[in-house]
Amino acid sequence: MTQPPRGVRRSYGVKAAPYALPSPTTTLKRARSAPYFFILPAAVLFALFFALPIGYAIRLSFHKIEIKGLGLGKGARSEVWAGLENYTSALTDSELGAGALRVLGYGAVVVPVMLGLALFFALLLDTERVRARSFSRLAIFLPYAVPGVIAALLWGFLYLPDVSPFFYVLDALGLPQPDLMDGTPLYLAMANIAVWGGTGFNMIVIYTALRSLPAEVYEAAKLDGCSEFQIALRVKIPMVAPSLVLTFFFSIIATLQVFNEPTTLRPLTNGIPTTWSPLMKVYNDAFTGGNIHAASATAVVLALATFVLSFALLRLSTRRTTQGATR
Amino acid sequence: MTGLASPPLSRAANVPGPAAGATPGTPQGPPRPRRAALLPTAALVLGAVYCLLPVAWVLVAATKSGADLFSTFTFLPGDGFSDNLGDLGAYRDGIYWRWMGNSLFYAGLGAVLSTAVSALAGYGLAVYRFRGREAFFNVMLAGVLMPPVVLAIPQYLLMAQADMTDTYASVLLPLILSPYGVYLGRVYAEAAVPMELVEAGRMDGAGEWRIFLRIAAPMMSPGLVTIFLFQFVAIWNNFLLPFIMLGDDEKFPMTVGLFTLLKQGAGQPALYTLVITGALLAVLPLIALFLLIQRFWSLDLLSGAVKS
Repeated sequence: MTQPPRGVRRSYGVKAAPYALPSPTTTLKRARSAPYFFILPAAVLFALFFALPIGYAIRLSFHKIEIKGLGLGKGARSEVWAGLENYTSALTDSELGAGALRVLGYGAVVVPVMLGLALFFALLLDTERVRARSFSRLAIFLPYAVPGVIAALLWGFLYLPDVSPFFYVLDALGLPQPDLMDGTPLYLAMANIAVWGGTGFNMIVIYTALRSLPAEVYEAAKLDGCSEFQIALRVKIPMVAPSLVLTFFFSIIATLQVFNEPTTLRPLTNGIPTTWSPLMKVYNDAFTGGNIHAASATAVVLALATFVLSFALLRLSTRRTTQGATR
Repeated sequence: MTGLASPPLSRAANVPGPAAGATPGTPQGPPRPRRAALLPTAALVLGAVYCLLPVAWVLVAATKSGADLFSTFTFLPGDGFSDNLGDLGAYRDGIYWRWMGNSLFYAGLGAVLSTAVSALAGYGLAVYRFRGREAFFNVMLAGVLMPPVVLAIPQYLLMAQADMTDTYASVLLPLILSPYGVYLGRVYAEAAVPMELVEAGRMDGAGEWRIFLRIAAPMMSPGLVTIFLFQFVAIWNNFLLPFIMLGDDEKFPMTVGLFTLLKQGAGQPALYTLVITGALLAVLPLIALFLLIQRFWSLDLLSGAVKS
């Protein structure tokens, strides 16, 4: 906007050296405070909506409500120090334990199947002479754009015998019809929703990594007489190991936090208790039960468990891949 | 010269398959060149069908009347779509459209603010060396690990103390900061903004802020579009935070609205057709958005890939 007139501009180059002399110090001074201005909004939001709530949750978890007398009138309910009381009751809670086991079982199905499919489809997309490439890529990615609540809702209807095409087919073939909304099939039904929703995004991550590999590697393997399948197994998979670790890490975290899908399916079945997943129990304790102190302790335990589990798995998988791959 | 050389080059880059398959020396080279790989293609299309199935189902189911939904074959379309649409619009004086508008508001404004915050922080982290840089970045990334419920409960309680629950702000504000957005912002800034240009801007006497706005931000724009989309989808799909924060259904986003409708539908199956039609309309905007933008934006950017 405020460009200098032409003449001045032309002399710029000649004058450059003396003109630039004082600038290192000013640059340094400005650069010292400037980065903090750039990160300021993020830092403020982080403090307000991450650090403060976490601190508050930790504080709550060490307190409890003490009721004096009948609990009526002012000052009858007061917050007192509870020590580790909330934690011991959280850790010995059988509902929480059952929920944790359910989610671990669910995760043990979801994560391998989802990432296996994501890797499989990514490799297929990267295979020579494959047709319908861009159509398939977009179609498999599409569930990413469908909210988890709506995905659960759609699949929920597809699991209802009266509405579902699967049951129509089973019926026509005279095969037994499983009750998808109860017992073990319910796990698989729930896992299917997560697999459906998550495969596309992970496929894109892995496919991007595949495409950024140098073509010479394939050429060399091909000259050595490797088939497409061998190249995929021996060359491609080891080379995209870092992105596999990344998707694995994020999938574990997302799976342990499952909440929306079981909550959405609940109105369609009696097979899902309000404490199906640990996070549902936290929600239930806090908002239905009204015991925010116990809920906070459970929440802190879950956050710690997520950290420990994901880092342990990350450690394990990076060790594996650094042993297996070239770097 | 370029006119001669570039067409075959670009074709080879776009479709590496047939060209490479025809190379002599490969096992299945000369005898059957350029044939489609049937088995992999079939597997891929099968995957695509699996992913499209629920969407196809809702597309058909939304055309059925309440009675047809349970009595006719699943994929047999009915003729009740306009009736269903009318019923949905009439339900509680058109509250569905209000949910849709609310979702657009939360996701649109939230994603714009989020992109701005991520761009600023990402640029700051990429371009400057300062004390606490890595610590700040790592703490921010650890935020990804926090289960949303763990955050949402104290967020709700704090909002309650500030007397801000059940407001638009209570849903909007906590979603602005996205650790993944900041991560992407840093990756894109590192890849797209050369330090020499920043230095050149300083030599010309431009302020740091001006350098960011005039030089860096335009160069980061493909990445910023990605952050915007990522956040738009994340907020559009969010259920938990509005579910906890809001009580007044006039402020509900579509996800929470449809959930309450489904919950009522468990008692009155007549509401099922409304839920199904509502679900279809809720899914369409994002699908349309992705189909529209894929001409000038690549899916690959979503994973932080910066190579063109």
